[in-house]
Amino acid sequence: MRKFKEFLIEKLIFICGLASIFFVILIFLFLTKEGLAVFKYVNPVDFLMGKSWYPISEPAQLGILPLIFGSLIVTLGAAIISIPIGIACAVYIAEVAPSKIKEVLKSGIELLAAIPSVVLGFIGMVTLVPWVKTVFHLPTGLTALSGSIILAFMAMPTIVSIAEDALYSVPKSYKEGAFALGATHWQTIYRVLLPAASSGIVAAVMLGIGRVIGETMAVMMITGNAAVIPQSILVPVRTLTATIAAEMGEAVVGSEHYFALFAIGIVLFIMSFIINVTADLFLHKRH
Amino acid sequence: MHNKIKMQAKDVDFFYGKNQALKNVNLDVYANRVTAMIGPSGCGKSTFIRLFNRMNELVPHTALCGKIFLDDLEINNPSVDPVDIRRRVGMVFQKPNPFPKSIFENISYGLKVNGIKDKAFIGQKVEDSLKRAVIWGEVKDRLHDSALKLSGGQQQRLCIARCLAVETEVILFDEPCASLDPISTAKIEELILELKKDYTIIIVTHNMQQAARVSDYTGFFLLGELVEFGKTQDMFTAPRNKKTEDYITGRFG
Ligand SMILES: Nc1ncnc2c1ncn2[C@@H]1O[C@H](COP(=O)(O)OP(=O)(O)O)[C@@H](O)[C@H]1O
Ligand SMILES: [Mg+2]
Repeated sequence: MRKFKEFLIEKLIFICGLASIFFVILIFLFLTKEGLAVFKYVNPVDFLMGKSWYPISEPAQLGILPLIFGSLIVTLGAAIISIPIGIACAVYIAEVAPSKIKEVLKSGIELLAAIPSVVLGFIGMVTLVPWVKTVFHLPTGLTALSGSIILAFMAMPTIVSIAEDALYSVPKSYKEGAFALGATHWQTIYRVLLPAASSGIVAAVMLGIGRVIGETMAVMMITGNAAVIPQSILVPVRTLTATIAAEMGEAVVGSEHYFALFAIGIVLFIMSFIINVTADLFLHKRH
Repeated sequence: MHNKIKMQAKDVDFFYGKNQALKNVNLDVYANRVTAMIGPSGCGKSTFIRLFNRMNELVPHTALCGKIFLDDLEINNPSVDPVDIRRRVGMVFQKPNPFPKSIFENISYGLKVNGIKDKAFIGQKVEDSLKRAVIWGEVKDRLHDSALKLSGGQQQRLCIARCLAVETEVILFDEPCASLDPISTAKIEELILELKKDYTIIIVTHNMQQAARVSDYTGFFLLGELVEFGKTQDMFTAPRNKKTEDYITGRFG
């Protein structure tokens, strides 16, 4: 009887595991099938390198370069803001903060991670966007910069918690060894702990950035959604994700516009796949 | 006992939270001598030796009463920077703990944190230290390989070399051979005897033969108390305390 129970549970878990893989493959197949159809209307080079995105004009222009640039500039901005702050915060929590402050900070970070992106987008819209507009004397505050700042808030919890974990799992004996040689706390952090935790920290950064690239709601609300190749970080941009979210509802099923949105999905999928695989490689290097 | 006293513990009590690990310990460490601490596991040997370079401060919620001296300096005085103490009192740990860097960088690290930048000087110092720790011959052709590729015994001698490079006055060894094979152990014991010309050495061991072989003075700890302290020879041939005698004749521990 007990044996049978074990057997049943084992098989159930196996089927669940199989099902999740099956669904991933199904989604991927669907995405490819719908997405690749766009290349009947436009060749891949024109699709990726085309500078104009006018999907409903006649004939439709399906160049996603402005969207790729939009995603990249917003992501890059978010990375520049969140990486140094996130790592500094992780070092502070792991090494410097007294245990009470540490607990408070850790719960704060968890709380930040729990805020839904639409709420962050909304807060950004009513506070950050007007601020960016007045500080930089812009016609509109709906810019790539606003998006970057809000996305930095979304990347930070991931970066901080994983980087802190990486720092925490550096063997204590390294720290003792450095201290015993007369290293100061900062010398120990900078020359022993950070290098020893580097692969985990890189993984933290990659996962944080991965989250940013896929983010949709907040960027749609505050980046202005202009499908133009951005010349600076202070102009409205439109990202790959926002394009899909905004236009999928109105695209006629089976039209070239519809297929193009799926193809954008493939591009996104490949981007986040690369990022996640890189993060994984670094995480496994640790063990 | 007309030697110069290099380090001194006076009326030392030490607490981990509410748990008292050391009780009223008084002990003198003589210059250019090897002082061994023996006793069963958990009796406070590591806790005691780590007071001499203020290493216990890395453990939260600890408290120290009493005084520790290095020459005339009261090192546990809050106005003394522990970094300055650790530059005079080095330490080699139970488990070899080289940094996950190259052999060369393991040695140069201590010099760099001491503010030395001259490349030629660092190169020379690395070579000298490795020679002194009798490991130069084994590593001279692969100074830029990872230190983690060395065997346990080699790693431990590298850790000793790392400590020699910063030219401390005292070296603390906390069971340096506990994880090593007999041949590596013999090499390190030989090295310790060689080093006492220039350094004052304190070594924790729970191997009594080792204490007998390398040390000039021995302290026997039991449950946080220093039961007996004296010349190693006297202690092993004519212990004054019954408990010491039981321990060194192997009746418990
Ligand atoms: N980091 C620590 N936190 C709390 N208690 C500790 C810690 N380190 C050691 N102790 C306690 O202090 C006592 C002495 O330990 P230790 O100095 O490591 O003994 P030994 O080195 O002789 O084996 C033991 O009872 C041990 O449980
Ligand atoms: Mg110990």
